[in-house]
Amino acid sequence: MNDRLTAAERVAIARHPQRPNISDYISALFTDFFEQRGDRLMGEDASILGGVALYHGRPVTVIGTRKGKDLEENIHCRFGMPNPEGYRKALRLMRQAEKFRRPVITFIDTGGAYPGLEAEERGQGEAIARNLMEMSRLTVPVIALITGEGNSGGALALAVADRVLMLENAVYAILSPEGFASILWKDAGRSSDACELMKLTAADLKALDVIDEIILEPGGGAHLARAITFRQVDEAISRHLAELSKGKQLGRYQKFRRIGTAVPKKEGQ
Amino acid sequence: MNSIFAKRRARLLAMKSLREHYVPVGSAAVCPRCGKESGHPAVAQNLFVCPLCGYHFPVGAYYRLSITLDHGSFRELYPKLAPQDPLSFPGYRKKLEAAQRKTGLNEAAVSAVGTIDGRRCVVGVLDSRFFLGSMSSAVGEKLTLTIEYAWKNRLPLIVFSASGGARMQEGILSLMQMAKTSAALGRFDQRGLLYISVLTDPTTGGVTASFASLGDVILAEPGALIGFAGPRVIQQTIGETLPEGFQRAEFQMEHGFVDAVVPRNEMRDTLSQLLRLHEKGGPS
Repeated sequence: MNDRLTAAERVAIARHPQRPNISDYISALFTDFFEQRGDRLMGEDASILGGVALYHGRPVTVIGTRKGKDLEENIHCRFGMPNPEGYRKALRLMRQAEKFRRPVITFIDTGGAYPGLEAEERGQGEAIARNLMEMSRLTVPVIALITGEGNSGGALALAVADRVLMLENAVYAILSPEGFASILWKDAGRSSDACELMKLTAADLKALDVIDEIILEPGGGAHLARAITFRQVDEAISRHLAELSKGKQLGRYQKFRRIGTAVPKKEGQ
Repeated sequence: MNSIFAKRRARLLAMKSLREHYVPVGSAAVCPRCGKESGHPAVAQNLFVCPLCGYHFPVGAYYRLSITLDHGSFRELYPKLAPQDPLSFPGYRKKLEAAQRKTGLNEAAVSAVGTIDGRRCVVGVLDSRFFLGSMSSAVGEKLTLTIEYAWKNRLPLIVFSASGGARMQEGILSLMQMAKTSAALGRFDQRGLLYISVLTDPTTGGVTASFASLGDVILAEPGALIGFAGPRVIQQTIGETLPEGFQRAEFQMEHGFVDAVVPRNEMRDTLSQLLRLHEKGGPS
């Protein structure tokens, strides 16, 4: 429980270099993980890790953004900021999940889609858009877990899920607080002001109905007591997966359809 | 009777589009590309394309509708839908009111149903004069209602995009509109209906990463800036200057993301041709 942290403090915890990453979650919660690589179109993008694994004995497709543990690993996986190939690989794996009737579980911890020249040449926008559309109509259960930073369309591209869960100190936003401050006030230094205004903490997002559940972290953050974190995450995923497998769901379309409808519609036609 | 209503609708649209003064009536237009000056009548007669170099001036939503739809066929959809301030963001309400006063629009999106050469279609237009055409909850809601209207009436859909991306003041709710509009297009797509996306200057950020990139056919106006990340951000990332023409409509066509770059004076005919080609059982 971390009741008294400011939004900026949570951002710092969400970015902590020792915070568990997708590889940690896969080894703690899944067995028999088989990594699948490549988008079958252009290449392999290490910033997204995905494959098939057993979750409590049940085959699932697991996909997530990957941040490294050290500089070398981080350069290899572009600090968890995917290129279009990463999103297209994710889509390929989700379509396979649909074919083999496996649930999809995604782990999200990204500063956003990579803003590079080649990413643009290969259609970063199109890759994200395609994922949003295709994820919205998958017919297998989809659970998304925001474990660290969930920034921009680059995070949303893996988060069009039946259930969106969030760790207590994770943050989920339209872009990084630094980017927000520099767009709005032309001053990236005002990022802590931005953190407060952006409504990016799990509690804010639960209040806005953007996420479904907050998963509590040990005091000081997930990295300080990993075993507890993994147990909490495991409990939440299994519970939601069981509910979804029984067909208890609002329907992904309605879930996203109702966000931002609080606008006057006097002349609906 | 019908023709009286048609005339009234045509007059209404003409009046609304006249208020959109990118190039104010009576003043000279200085082209930002060639730097040369042309009189208002010359630019207006040329659909707000520079008669000297072909630069496409941005145009307002009602003007766009007036040069796209058949005379008198325009009927606006959801005109009263207006933005809220869902995050109680400091200063947002004031800025909205100022934008509404300045543009005469309720929001950055305008939707209509009408005909092109007699073929019915639903058209959504983003107007970059209003908060740079950014995606607010109301814009997302209006476009989603527009998509749903098109599928309920089994009509083809055309969306003209022009957007700087997310509406910062609505934070995460702006982001969620990307999922909402894309999901609606997913359903529209499953019904076997035609969606034409037209990219105009600029189409960036969350709009590029959602409905603008999902057209069965994607057209673009010449020279339009089209991309996900903005050029400034990319330049900061790679630390070198960007190549000439990077992220322009022609670049996007060469890289496989746009079917055709269509000048403004050919846009209506191109749309008409596409509607004809997609008629069930062939053109009548």
